[in-house]
Amino acid sequence: MKKSEKAAGSVANFVDERTGAAAWAKKNLTKVFPDHWSFMLGEVALYSFIILLLSGTFLTFWFNPSQNDVVYKGAYQPLSGISMSEAYASTLHISFDIRGGLLMRQIHHWAALIFVAAIIAHLLRVFFTGAFRKPRELNWIIGVGLLTFAIVEGFLGYSLPDDLLSGTGIRIAEAIIQAIPVVGTYIAFFVFGGPFPGAVFIPRIYIVHVLLLPGLFLALITVHLMLVWYQKHTQYPGPGRTNKNVVGYPLMPVYMAKAGGFFFVVFGITSLLGALASINPIWLYGPYTPGQISAGSQPDWYMGWLDGLVRMAPNIETHAFGHTISWNILAPGVIIPGILFTGMALYPFIESWLLNDKLEHHLLDRPRNNPNRTALGAMSLAFILVALINGGNDLIATHFKSSINDIMWFSRIGILVIPPITFVITKRICLALQRKDREIVLHGRESGRLVMMPHGEFVEVHTPLDKYDTYKLASHPQPKALEIPTHDESGVRVKRPLVNKLRNRLSRAATEQVAAPSGDELHELEHH
Amino acid sequence: MSKRFNQLAQKLIAKRRSKWALPAMILVALFAVGSTFSLASAFTNDANNTNLSTSSLIATGKNLFLQGCSSCHGINAEGSGIAPALIGVGGAAVDFQVGTGRMPMADMSQQAQRKAPVYNPAQIAAMAAYIQNLAPGPDVVTDGSLSWERDGNTANGGTLFRTNCAMCHNFAAQGGALTQGKWAPSLMAEKPGQIYEAMITGPQSMPKFNDQTLTPQEKLDIIKWIKSVQNEKQSGGTSLGRVGPVTEGLLAWVLGIGLVVGIAVWLTSKSR
Amino acid sequence: MSENLESDKELSGKIPDPGIHPHVLRAADVDPKAEKRAEKKVAILFALSGLGTLLFIWGFVGFTNNNSVVFLPILGEVQTSQLILGCGLGIALLMIGLAAVQWARQLMPDNEVIAQRHEFRSSDEARADFVSTVKERAGSVQLGRRKLIKRSIGFSLGLIGIVPILSLRDLGPLPRKQLEETDWSKGIRLMTDPGKQPIKPEDLEVGSVVQVMPELSGDASLEQVAKDPVLLIRLRPADFNLNAERLSWTYNGIIAFSKICSHMGCAVALYEQQTHHLLCPCHQSTFDVTRAAKVIFGPAARPLPQLPITVDSDGFLVAASGFLEPVGPSFWERNSNKKI
Repeated sequence: MKKSEKAAGSVANFVDERTGAAAWAKKNLTKVFPDHWSFMLGEVALYSFIILLLSGTFLTFWFNPSQNDVVYKGAYQPLSGISMSEAYASTLHISFDIRGGLLMRQIHHWAALIFVAAIIAHLLRVFFTGAFRKPRELNWIIGVGLLTFAIVEGFLGYSLPDDLLSGTGIRIAEAIIQAIPVVGTYIAFFVFGGPFPGAVFIPRIYIVHVLLLPGLFLALITVHLMLVWYQKHTQYPGPGRTNKNVVGYPLMPVYMAKAGGFFFVVFGITSLLGALASINPIWLYGPYTPGQISAGSQPDWYMGWLDGLVRMAPNIETHAFGHTISWNILAPGVIIPGILFTGMALYPFIESWLLNDKLEHHLLDRPRNNPNRTALGAMSLAFILVALINGGNDLIATHFKSSINDIMWFSRIGILVIPPITFVITKRICLALQRKDREIVLHGRESGRLVMMPHGEFVEVHTPLDKYDTYKLASHPQPKALEIPTHDESGVRVKRPLVNKLRNRLSRAATEQVAAPSGDELHELEHH
Repeated sequence: MSKRFNQLAQKLIAKRRSKWALPAMILVALFAVGSTFSLASAFTNDANNTNLSTSSLIATGKNLFLQGCSSCHGINAEGSGIAPALIGVGGAAVDFQVGTGRMPMADMSQQAQRKAPVYNPAQIAAMAAYIQNLAPGPDVVTDGSLSWERDGNTANGGTLFRTNCAMCHNFAAQGGALTQGKWAPSLMAEKPGQIYEAMITGPQSMPKFNDQTLTPQEKLDIIKWIKSVQNEKQSGGTSLGRVGPVTEGLLAWVLGIGLVVGIAVWLTSKSR
Repeated sequence: MSENLESDKELSGKIPDPGIHPHVLRAADVDPKAEKRAEKKVAILFALSGLGTLLFIWGFVGFTNNNSVVFLPILGEVQTSQLILGCGLGIALLMIGLAAVQWARQLMPDNEVIAQRHEFRSSDEARADFVSTVKERAGSVQLGRRKLIKRSIGFSLGLIGIVPILSLRDLGPLPRKQLEETDWSKGIRLMTDPGKQPIKPEDLEVGSVVQVMPELSGDASLEQVAKDPVLLIRLRPADFNLNAERLSWTYNGIIAFSKICSHMGCAVALYEQQTHHLLCPCHQSTFDVTRAAKVIFGPAARPLPQLPITVDSDGFLVAASGFLEPVGPSFWERNSNKKI
């Protein structure tokens, strides 16, 4: 036995005698992970979170979350002698007086943008492949929660430097709180410690940003990963992949090297972005004061769709009985996001209820093989995209020589028209792709080779698929629509006939697809 | 430049609209001979000290006005349905509008845009003198007459800019959108004199900031801040247009997520 | 296994599963030269990472001030130290990652492994066992029999829930009338902001605009800046399209509006001198100055509050009264029918 082996052995012995971890560790080191690029998106989010913890900790050593007034005397000349909050001054200090401070700030902010982007990319992958189905509904809900907290966390971080842009964002957030009926004014006064802006908001959100929410993230991410670990990862359908197995590479060593390496890759790319591309140049924005504003005041992209919705909202307020209800703020700022996120969280249960599907699903759907779900996802995405575009309407207007009024009207109409159109088109594309798959399985791929038949006709030779590809394209499930009868066997009317009718109708839409070629069809063809 | 002069001279001969045409033509020809840009700007800087009398300058300006501007602004600058009266707008307005190439307008359907000036500095000075002579207004402000470099205060200018200008021109003077397709232009190429003139004359959509509401000293502060932001180095890497979080979000998706996904595809692909 | 997993198979048609693709050996598995090459590649990537760290160290030690800039194509003039630090760190990290991945892809075993899943549902016996255990243990507490304890538990736990809510009460004061009050009242002078100079009507030209604050004893606090700013605009009196009352609130073509947007409180300040429109840059609400800031576009539901102005005996502009409605965004208690 080599010296190093001996040393490792004694450490392992020490740990195992106190924890009994050997058996557990052995089992988990050989754990199998399926390999696909889209399975790495969640990892990007996780790694961005770690980058955020590391760079954020660095920033806390110098950042001073205080709204006390100071006169700036630091290295950045154009602001010299200006009165500002200590939060803003210390952010300038980090940016211009601390070596690597600006780099860390930029890495932190880029990582934040990538964090939320990766969460959404991961969420889209999970949605479009149906990975949220039983038994993973709980993890889906945790994921929706993580996304919500990530958006809040990002917004609070963007608000901390107390610059003109972020202050404007806080002002708008305060107006949303204030618009909540009955209790809004009170909540706003409690949150801000009095009338806006007060002197306590930055210190308060600081502790939420650096302690409360990161703690919550750690807890939720831990549960999220433990569930993935315990339930084992889903896999794409294909030869050898069944609902009862998982095909991939073992944790040790392949997955460890790949996933570990990927952490460094994500960190490296974020660092390069931090080195090469300026982000949130707060020294240009100037310190916050409510009397000033800049053209093109926008939030970070993950809040942009909300801002876009607020911009396009019709200007309706109710004034009655000495009270005011601002629908122009409540609808886009509270009600619609509430419906979207609640709907998203409940979607796994809605889908299983529609199909009366109580089975465990470990094999993913290729998006085309569930046309209705894919179309629904595309529709939601179109909704958010139109809102997001309207959130940047002023920049689009100046850069593409158009009018904000026109873009606003385009968005107002588009948000109602484009999502349904997207649904229809996406569903048709899915069905067309299924038809093509079926065609390829039954008749092979076009080889591009023309052959002249004895009677002079030219035909293209089709190369048949191998058994692996055939299985991949033809093995997807064909769920049946619900047919809840109006009367049961003894002729008694079933309860809730309208709900049943709706359920039948919706499940018909949800199961609409091109029939996969069966073995018999294939068999028949082979013997022609 | 002299080619343009010749064309103008030919035009003047061909049309011969007024009795001033011949002397004007001679004057123009005089300028054309051996005049360079630097000489010409020296001339504008010090218009009164040249051997040309003010009255002939005004006469030249009137001719240029009749040729190039009167079809919209009226024979006597009294304005028309499509263009405002220019009586009392002062030489500053002429120097700004023509000097930045906004006038004459290339396309009436749009807001006047900054482009290469059609007239040379001497001609602009003549037209400015003519308009200033119609009725007194804010006069031409030359770059050299402003002591912004010595007397301006950058930090104070920044505060003033954020209070009075940033809502249209953006926090870093990159410009922004107004209603119905109008826009506030970027100030990245603006010269000190032009900035000053814009503030006192209120071109197009821009309101006026006269010396009572924004003192000359405050104007110098603003100019110094704009010059500072024009030369602002890119402290954190490429500036992404200095238009706020929209371009940042775009880059995070395209380059950030794009690169990471690209590497993920490579990472999970089978090696040969 | 259970029927939960079994029945899915029925759906997947009758095309036979050929099993996983046969394993294909990589170049590095069969050719020692290729293996050496792959190993070298990994080593080079790790070495490059080391160079990246050295670059970072050079950037940290070699550039102690932020003033040196370097010109790069596409990027423009960028700060040297930031660039070197960031690129050094980026390369150092990225190369470690690429090396590890390259190592895994080309040299580590790439045989696909099949693991079996287990069903999550516990067996029926285990479930029954669980239920009976819970029943037995819960029964031993005899909560149902001890009504007194049951009620007092409910009482105490319900009451203690008030503590966290109540203790947060001092987060802030009650709103009272604070959202309806500004520092404007009759006779308060309009002072330029920044600048703090009183203004005479003749100081304003037609087409000019100026931000003013009420004359205060000291510097304005941010809370005051959040509600007091007023935009003073001068038009030709003929341009106004106001009712008699609103017209009487103007002075010689000078009209004053709260700068705080009636939608979400941003500073509304984009005044278009030719169209007399005021635009809010946050959500593009557009107000028509000639018609008492009537909303003509965008999400704002109410005009900007107008401040009645006049001149005092010294000829300076003053407020003829305070605002007659609350400034800023709407709130539940806001009474549109009551003048304040």
